[in-house]
Amino acid sequence: MLEIVLFYIAATVALVATVMAMTRANAIHALIYLIVSLLAVAVIFFLIGAPFAAALEIVIYAGAIMVLFVFVIMMLNLGEKGDKQERQWLQPSIWAGPAILSIVLLIELVMVISQTSGPVSVTAVSAKEVGLSLFGPYVLAVEIASMLLLAGLVGSFHLGRRYLDRDNLEKKGGQ
Amino acid sequence: MSETIWIIPLIPLLSSVTLMLFGSRFKVSQIGALGVGSVGMAALLTLLLAAEFMQNQQVIQLSLWTWMEVAGFAPGISFYFDGLTLVMMSVITGVGFLIHLFSTEFMEKDPSYARYFAYLNMFVAAMLVLVMADNLLLLYLGWEGVGVCSYLLVGFWYQHNANGHAARKAFMVTRIGDTAMALGLLLLFTELGTLDIQTMVGEANQTWQVGDTVPLVACLLLVCGAVGKSAQLPLHTWLPDAMAGPTPVSALIHAATMVTAGVYLIARTHGLFLLAPTAMTVVAVIGITTSLMAAFTALMQTDIKRILAYSTISQIGYMFLALGVGAWSAGIFHLMTHAFFKALLFLGSGAIIHCLHHEHNIFKMGGLRTRMPVTFWSFMIGSAALAALPMTSGFFSKDQILLQAYQLPDIGPGLWMAGLLGALLTAIYSFRLVFVVFFGKANTEPDKDTGWRMAVPLSVLCFLAMVGGWFMIPVTEVFPVGDGSHPAHWVEYVSISVPIFGVLIAYLIFYSGRLKIDGLANSGLGKSLGQFWLSGWGIDWLYDRLFVRPYYGLANLLKGEPVDAIYGLIVALNQTFNHWLSVAQSGRMRWYLASMVAGLILVITLAANLSEGVL
Amino acid sequence: MDGLNIPLNHILLVSSLLFSIGMLGLMIRRNIIFILMSLEVMLNAAALAFVAAGAHWGQPDGQVVFMLILTVAAAEVAVGLGLVLQVQKRFKTLDMDRANRMQG
Repeated sequence: MLEIVLFYIAATVALVATVMAMTRANAIHALIYLIVSLLAVAVIFFLIGAPFAAALEIVIYAGAIMVLFVFVIMMLNLGEKGDKQERQWLQPSIWAGPAILSIVLLIELVMVISQTSGPVSVTAVSAKEVGLSLFGPYVLAVEIASMLLLAGLVGSFHLGRRYLDRDNLEKKGGQ
Repeated sequence: MSETIWIIPLIPLLSSVTLMLFGSRFKVSQIGALGVGSVGMAALLTLLLAAEFMQNQQVIQLSLWTWMEVAGFAPGISFYFDGLTLVMMSVITGVGFLIHLFSTEFMEKDPSYARYFAYLNMFVAAMLVLVMADNLLLLYLGWEGVGVCSYLLVGFWYQHNANGHAARKAFMVTRIGDTAMALGLLLLFTELGTLDIQTMVGEANQTWQVGDTVPLVACLLLVCGAVGKSAQLPLHTWLPDAMAGPTPVSALIHAATMVTAGVYLIARTHGLFLLAPTAMTVVAVIGITTSLMAAFTALMQTDIKRILAYSTISQIGYMFLALGVGAWSAGIFHLMTHAFFKALLFLGSGAIIHCLHHEHNIFKMGGLRTRMPVTFWSFMIGSAALAALPMTSGFFSKDQILLQAYQLPDIGPGLWMAGLLGALLTAIYSFRLVFVVFFGKANTEPDKDTGWRMAVPLSVLCFLAMVGGWFMIPVTEVFPVGDGSHPAHWVEYVSISVPIFGVLIAYLIFYSGRLKIDGLANSGLGKSLGQFWLSGWGIDWLYDRLFVRPYYGLANLLKGEPVDAIYGLIVALNQTFNHWLSVAQSGRMRWYLASMVAGLILVITLAANLSEGVL
Repeated sequence: MDGLNIPLNHILLVSSLLFSIGMLGLMIRRNIIFILMSLEVMLNAAALAFVAAGAHWGQPDGQVVFMLILTVAAAEVAVGLGLVLQVQKRFKTLDMDRANRMQG
């Protein structure tokens, strides 16, 4: 019973926080709402018997990835002017069309979902089981993920080099 | 002489080529001398040839060389000379010479003097080839040659758009007939394996029975060619417009020689036509219908040359009638006499036009009898011959035709009656012309009278038009002879009296004015009928609606390239798609996203619908 | 099952809502940082659906896919934020619509 109540609270928190995150003008505020949303989702993970996933959600998503965002926003140093412009961009005329599209998609998804039924399992799927299947049947996916991470690493390193602007490129090309 | 008849067409041809190449360097007198001299030389040689032929009656067959040889088909440049050829050659070179002489004065002031004589000489050469040809292909060469010259000469004053139009019309309308004729030649060659006329006729008589279909079709195709060239119904519309050319050209090409080529063709191939009696009936009916139609039209015309043009059509109609009823020699005889008197009339009208500042309307002339006596007498004699008044040349020939038509079983008397009506009309319109132009009060003053170069041809032709009827044309060897029977005497008397009666009517209406026709002409029916006749029975109008406009419509339709439009549609579709896609390729990320979402919605909808049964 | 457990379709509903909100944000925002955040929300929603499905069957596969999604998200964010820095440097703005031409 408690689980169910907790689930609905967490779901509500996640949805509200996400909506707030999507509508904020200030990037840092939005980011903090997003972290709240991720934490709420982590709670849901925990409730539906995926403690390992919940932990990863907190550590990697809410921790590592969001911190990356914070660093970048700090580096960009947007300030008040950016906020004003963001508010200007959030006019009803801009979001009306996408809102209709999103609602249509949502209705469709709900209609598809409503055909499924049944509860989730009570027994938790432990980290060990996850680890066994990761390095068992999914080992190829792990390899691919590692390649992806490597690519992301190389790509971000390349993009993040500060001196890489057009002038430098041309100079290098000319040599 | 028999071995050198090829010189006769060669002389005018050489002269023509010379004038074309070097004409601009010659003086006017030199051009005239060359142009007239060459035809005069040809006429002289023809005269010698005629004298020789009269003595020994020898048919000449002269093969110069093989034109081409393809798979057994070997038409030669070869000439055939018999009585018929002699008559035609005499007319062409004789009348041609007189008209050339007349032209030297008529065209004196024209800047394109050399070009004129080059064309005219070329025409004579082509016409000689036509009548001397031994095989139908060479004949066809001459046939097309005269067509080209006719085109060039009708459009001689090409600076005026209307003349060019008339020339094109003449060329194209005859082209219809020529195409049919070419088909006829192909058919004859496929069936008989030769185009050599004499061999062909012999073969045809062995291959086919009288009344077979193939000779009928071949003959009808040849008739189509003849109809086009000789301006018979339904292809006659080009001839009145062809009067846009210089008047001597009208006299030579469009009255005396070229337009009678159709008559010559049918007479030359009469061996084939005897195998197809239906084709002969068709020829007779075409002839008499055209004759009447043109006669009615001539009654209403006011342009002196158009009157003569319709009269020419009408007279050739008589020749066709003669051919159709099997009166071959009478037809050829009429061809010759017609060449005399019609050339005379045309030259006379040319003299009037020349002296009256290019005036064509007969009602603006008048009273020319005393001022232009030579022309007046030419017209009197020419019109008398045209109306077939007794003792003139036209009388003998037309009389023969009508009498032979009468003797034809079944339709003979009908043809005869129609022919008589035509003769009556002919008398009326020809003397209407005389009375209106030469009597009454003068409306326009001539600024000069004819010079000798005009007067001499007129006089000679006057003489020929008078006595031409006494000539015996040497064609008895060529054509099958009739049974020599004569119809009852009253038939002959009626034939004689009808033209006289016609002249009387013309006199009463147009000279003394006793017979008032104004009331009749101004009544509703009279007016519309007159208008109808004036427009040549509305045939030009009819053709315009029937052929020209649909053709223009079609051309306009095709100008829009409807077939290309299909491909154009593909192009346009591609361009539209390209446009849409390039709009989609705006570079605006949120548009991409929105379209992706729309696609997602679509896919989910489809998937949900498809998997409905599974779920 | 005692019937008091969390119904699967409710979790999936939450996941759909999160996805739709993320998608809406993706479409309406012009700032690249917000676009990246919206992508995170959407990935997270998808991950939630996977984990819920895995939990429904009592299998670890859902969590395995969640980890793969996590990997993708991490890589994407790393590259994406690198790009944000470059865009800011070149265009002096973070507006997507201003950076719509290729070759800078």
